[in-house]
Amino acid sequence: MKYSAFALLREAFRGHRGWTPAWRKAEPKPHYDVVIIGGGGHGLATAFYLATEHGITNVAVLEKGYIGSGNAGRNTTIIRSNYLLPGNEPFYEWSMKLWEGLEQNLNYNAMVSQRGVLNLYHSDAQRDAFARRGNAMRLHGVDAELLHRDGVRRMVPFLDYDNARFPIHGGLLQRRGGTARHDAVVWGYARGADTRGVDIIENCEVTGLSIVNGRVTGVDTTRGTIRAKKVAMAVAGNTSRVAALAGLRLPIESHVLQAFVSEGIKPAIDCVVTFGAGHFYISQSDKGGLVFGGDIDGYNSYAWRGNLPIVEDVLEEGMAIWPGLGRIRMLRFWGGLMDMSMDGSPIIDRTPVDGLYLNAGWCYGGFKATPASGWCFAHLVARDEPYPVAAALRLDRFATGALIDERGAGAQPNLH
Amino acid sequence: MSGTHRLQSGGLIDRGKPLSFSFDCESHAGFAGDTLASALVANGVKLVGRSFKYHRPRGIFTAGSEEPNALVELRGGVRREPNTRATVTELYDGLIAASQNRWPSLRHDIGAVNDRLSRFLVAGFYYKTFMWPAKFWELLYEPLIRRAAGLGRAAGAEDPDIYEKAFAHCDVLVIGAGPAGLMATLAAGRTGARVILADEDFRLGGRLLAERCEIGGRPAVDWVAEIEAELAAMPDVRIMRRTAVTGVYDHGQYSAIERVNDHVATPPEHEPRQRSWKIVAKRAVLAAGAHERAIAFGNNDRPGVMLAGAARTYVNRFAAAPGRRLAVFTNNDDGPRTAADAREAGIEVAAVIDSRTGARVTRVRGRHGVRLIDVADADGRTSTIECDALAVSGGWNPAVHLTCHLGGKPVWNDEIAAFVPGALPPGMTVAGAAAGALTLARCLGGGMTAGVTAAAACGFAIAAITQPRADDEGAAVTAMWHVKDSRGKAFVDLQNDVTTKDVALATQEGFGSVEHLKRYTTLGMATDQGKTANVLGLAILAQASARAIPQVGTTTYRPPYVPVSFGAMAGHHRGRDFRPTRLPPSHAWATEQGAVFVEAGAWLRAQYYPRAGEADWLKTVNREVAATRAHVGVCDVSTLGKIEIEGANAGVFLDRVYANTFSTLPVGKARYGLMLREDGFVMDDGTASRLAPERFFMTTTTAQAVRVMQHLEFCHQVLWPALDVQMVSVSEQWAQFSIAGPRSRDVLAKLVDADLGDAAFPHLGCREVTACGVAARLFRLSFSGELAYELAVPARHGDATIRAIMAAGAEFGITPYGTEALGVMRIEKGHVAGNEINGQLTARDLGLGRMMSTKKDFVGRVMAQRPALLDPERPALVGFKPVDGARRLRAGAHFLKIGAGATAENDEGYMTSVAYSPMVKSWIGLGVLRRGPERIGERVRAYDPVRNGDVEVEVTSPIFVDPEGARLHG
Amino acid sequence: MRINCPYCGPRGNEEFAYLGDATVRRPDPAAEDAAAQFYEYVYLRDNPAGSHRELWYHGGGCRSWLVVTRNIRTHEISDVAFADAGDKP
Repeated sequence: MKYSAFALLREAFRGHRGWTPAWRKAEPKPHYDVVIIGGGGHGLATAFYLATEHGITNVAVLEKGYIGSGNAGRNTTIIRSNYLLPGNEPFYEWSMKLWEGLEQNLNYNAMVSQRGVLNLYHSDAQRDAFARRGNAMRLHGVDAELLHRDGVRRMVPFLDYDNARFPIHGGLLQRRGGTARHDAVVWGYARGADTRGVDIIENCEVTGLSIVNGRVTGVDTTRGTIRAKKVAMAVAGNTSRVAALAGLRLPIESHVLQAFVSEGIKPAIDCVVTFGAGHFYISQSDKGGLVFGGDIDGYNSYAWRGNLPIVEDVLEEGMAIWPGLGRIRMLRFWGGLMDMSMDGSPIIDRTPVDGLYLNAGWCYGGFKATPASGWCFAHLVARDEPYPVAAALRLDRFATGALIDERGAGAQPNLH
Repeated sequence: MSGTHRLQSGGLIDRGKPLSFSFDCESHAGFAGDTLASALVANGVKLVGRSFKYHRPRGIFTAGSEEPNALVELRGGVRREPNTRATVTELYDGLIAASQNRWPSLRHDIGAVNDRLSRFLVAGFYYKTFMWPAKFWELLYEPLIRRAAGLGRAAGAEDPDIYEKAFAHCDVLVIGAGPAGLMATLAAGRTGARVILADEDFRLGGRLLAERCEIGGRPAVDWVAEIEAELAAMPDVRIMRRTAVTGVYDHGQYSAIERVNDHVATPPEHEPRQRSWKIVAKRAVLAAGAHERAIAFGNNDRPGVMLAGAARTYVNRFAAAPGRRLAVFTNNDDGPRTAADAREAGIEVAAVIDSRTGARVTRVRGRHGVRLIDVADADGRTSTIECDALAVSGGWNPAVHLTCHLGGKPVWNDEIAAFVPGALPPGMTVAGAAAGALTLARCLGGGMTAGVTAAAACGFAIAAITQPRADDEGAAVTAMWHVKDSRGKAFVDLQNDVTTKDVALATQEGFGSVEHLKRYTTLGMATDQGKTANVLGLAILAQASARAIPQVGTTTYRPPYVPVSFGAMAGHHRGRDFRPTRLPPSHAWATEQGAVFVEAGAWLRAQYYPRAGEADWLKTVNREVAATRAHVGVCDVSTLGKIEIEGANAGVFLDRVYANTFSTLPVGKARYGLMLREDGFVMDDGTASRLAPERFFMTTTTAQAVRVMQHLEFCHQVLWPALDVQMVSVSEQWAQFSIAGPRSRDVLAKLVDADLGDAAFPHLGCREVTACGVAARLFRLSFSGELAYELAVPARHGDATIRAIMAAGAEFGITPYGTEALGVMRIEKGHVAGNEINGQLTARDLGLGRMMSTKKDFVGRVMAQRPALLDPERPALVGFKPVDGARRLRAGAHFLKIGAGATAENDEGYMTSVAYSPMVKSWIGLGVLRRGPERIGERVRAYDPVRNGDVEVEVTSPIFVDPEGARLHG
Repeated sequence: MRINCPYCGPRGNEEFAYLGDATVRRPDPAAEDAAAQFYEYVYLRDNPAGSHRELWYHGGGCRSWLVVTRNIRTHEISDVAFADAGDKP
């Protein structure tokens, strides 16, 4: 059923009886062309693009809980393509382009809102590092502006310009950056894939991978064995566990990242602002809550929750740039599991097992990548070759040294 | 008498202390001991707020921190606090509160048109529309939505109050001071255990303050007073009132917020508004009580509809009548109890509608306050009852929240028709209503047992204690969630305006997972975190999807238990005190010189020393550079990391942590060292000097000091523990000054008792000396390329030493220089620094490939040989000069071939550092360029579109000044 | 989290720096397949959802490197030992 203002009007006058489920509660079939493990944004987007771009619709998406129950449903909703390195930037820009047409493509309002992403800088060296990044973006045809302090002040006058420990010198602005409604992205892709015949199977956990002569033949699940020509993993946070079913060890650790929301207040901040003398980002949702976060806790964890030092750190950083937050209350915070890769960048690649594909290592930046990740992963799975903008996101780069290390932090996941 | 609805007698208010306050500019009176909510009730104020989506008129619904409706903007100006729950706001004289989310007034709110349009604004409507035309989202739809959303307004200016953080350690933390918590505290306290009792209320007693009940044959409040007195006399028991425990963390850590001065207009001078506690407890007893829940029926949100327990609280504790004629709708014995309490207080009871008899309320009438209720009985007979308040009891939900913060899932209990704690955090027990024990006797008994057990687990012997006599009657609840034949909207989540129809629609559309329901309808996501709504919502979801409640499960209970202000969590870490500031030893002196300072990580360093008449910073820096190169300059370099390394294997150890060799370094010599990460990229550089055969002194860059120290300890303790080597950071212990320039030796000769001649003390020499009468160390090291020394003295002599250096150097024209001039001179010499050691470049990239020894193992050796790191196409370090000498260079520019398009494919590298060189008399730069060292003399574009820069530059050697190094020697 | 440092006693995890898996061993750089071994050592991790031996550095205390055995599903710590305990007399 097509969504539109007209449909809403029509249903309003007949008691909303006509709305149907956004996606079917599919039962697993014995065999699929492609089984996608992971019903998050990336897995569902992959299914959607397999169907729409490659005509592959005999596809199942297996989700161990409810769809969107991983990081797709617990992030700070920021979208941007302000990356430095050539291995990353075209990929994230492709994602941004897909965001820009997403609602019309999905017929689902995911509230993609390009209200700008502003990275503050606090020193001359940081200004030059941001200039390097902004220039790299411009060379990729992406919008980037370097603002001086006055320009920042005009945009976000309520920040601390006069009494800060690390004064604001300026900022790198990507106006096309912004936010999207994270759950709606999941539901929109699910609905779009479902409409085209994809089976979305919730409460179905993969417990084993069948591999015969180095080739994957299917998956064992809590709802029975499912045969498949190709199996695609999109299980960020749990990648190591699922890959271990195929005997793979990966350059990934699972870490916990906490995210926060305040009580709803009247509009106070329009764009996304990040603090450059720490790790803090904040925006305001359309519902009024300030959505913010900071660094990962910094230790391996599968516990879906973090600890107090980072909570304090994040709120201190918030107060450091925006002293007017003092009397605003944090309402809720939660933890998600990050696939922290060894160079801070993702992996979309084949694996040593034929027919088994890997989409992993998103660190804490996977949400913004959702459309391009699905697009590129679908291309890889369908054609067995990388989509050009994702060609650098290889698994063997750690062995060859062709790393994509935006921060220059080296092989230590918790520093990325 | 204050207030039209104040009862003549009773209550725990101090009638001798009248207070005045205003709500929406209207003045009212209350008493000490009131909350804002109870004072409003006592004044007959029913309409206090508007809901989030439909802007429905709302009244006070609860008497605690679970309040969904009665949210106000408290105080004003820079102290305005949006979304403040009137139910937990202690009344003080002069309190000012205003309603929120309404315009132009609370009674006449334009936004209420949404209520009329509600058939279009169903759950998730926005996902289905606002898509055409695409451009209109940011331009029109979203701005309208954003303006309508949100509740109160932030102050919009810096919070003038202060906050602080504190730590506490105890054996037993008791959370909640109701009957269970008080008994637990008493039982644990008598054993001698260190006990902390925390309660969010300003008065101990919990529900005992709100109920007419007896303990040991006396009024419960008397019992509370007696226990309170005994606890107060115990030296190891600490009572923390106004303190909400908000979160449970690993290994017995709890966070709590103490509202130190929220009950006064402004905090007394130097006192914090709130204090954030980190409590470390060996054991915890959770006695947080329970939250009453509502029943969904038509217009169950009208002002005057209130939870029954809250009605009893207002009547019994605050002597405030919720109405003159009260009706009660209940599914348990708390209904009759509420009616009895009301009658006792002289309030007329219109009816008790008990769902256990099949009776129900189908609709409330009266937009701004209850006027009539429509009632149906078991046989379907309907009637209308006149009343001005309706108390509702749908049973009680144990406050399981804190039991879930470490991942525990609550379990369903049929007997009380509610979720009770499941798996508990290690060290926590639950007592009283929080455990599902919903009688007074069981609360007292459970608390006592929990207190005894917790203290025993901490090693304290059981002390004598007996359980006082109390009532053990349960409320005999029979679950009743939703009046199906309701008329009008039946609300589940009051604040977010989620109705039973929304729940049904979400189920119909496939959002039947409890998490999907929450996300699709926003159920439970309001400022009350669904404390009165969640269980009701999932019960209705269970009905709608033909499942049992335990099958539906709950959403996850997240911290904090109650919302926590940014200010409290930040404490003093704000403004200039956000992070500590490290000051080098010469800071006071530099301040006297009028230096301009710059943040360098945690350090504040002198950036340059302007003199009167200098037009801009560049003039100053040029002077400092020129003076240093012509005569002599001095710079505080104490911020460098300094590490003392000793032991028989110290040389071997340095061989392994540096890419180049140190074991062969003679005593009395220093050497530049390059340190790699194990992945083969450059980590840091610095020097190491051999002071004795088994003693080295290492310097690191300022930025990497902490990381290098950690890395060295790792290399020793984890990789090579068998090596005989010890190390200690002495960054704080030594003040270190660079004295550079042709006259530096002359200056030092006046200060140091040693032969400084080139033969006795050549370039890269080091020795222990006496300087200004102090044991000191002297290094002949040069970052500037000049004849230069670094003099290190114990940090406490740093201030005296800089003054002595300046005095000694006066006759030679000594000039202090800051980090800018330091940077200029190192760029002129092509020395790499933090801009080049950016973690993305290798030794080869930086032209330092030959420093990597091939004769020994060292960290990073193997991985540095990976093919991509050896790729000859990698950008490598070279220098740059503008072809037009008047043009300025900027770091961060990318290099393009002349004539090549500005595309990513043509990107050949980037500028890392730039400076204006008074020696070269133009801007110069360092940067990495594809095959750079092969392209000296070539011209390329330095492309900088974010600053509108596009400069043609010539590729040069990275060494601009004295490439032969002649100035270093002699 | 609280880590029971064998030298300093129980301390909050904010005093410590985390490095990661303590079970990987630096290979012999002279080995014939040193490149492959170092790749595994530097990059590949088991990342198990259960008991995990991991390195923490007590930078805010005694500067010891510690091997902490922690269940990374529950954060329960079952053992803390000095990293160099096995090699000291």
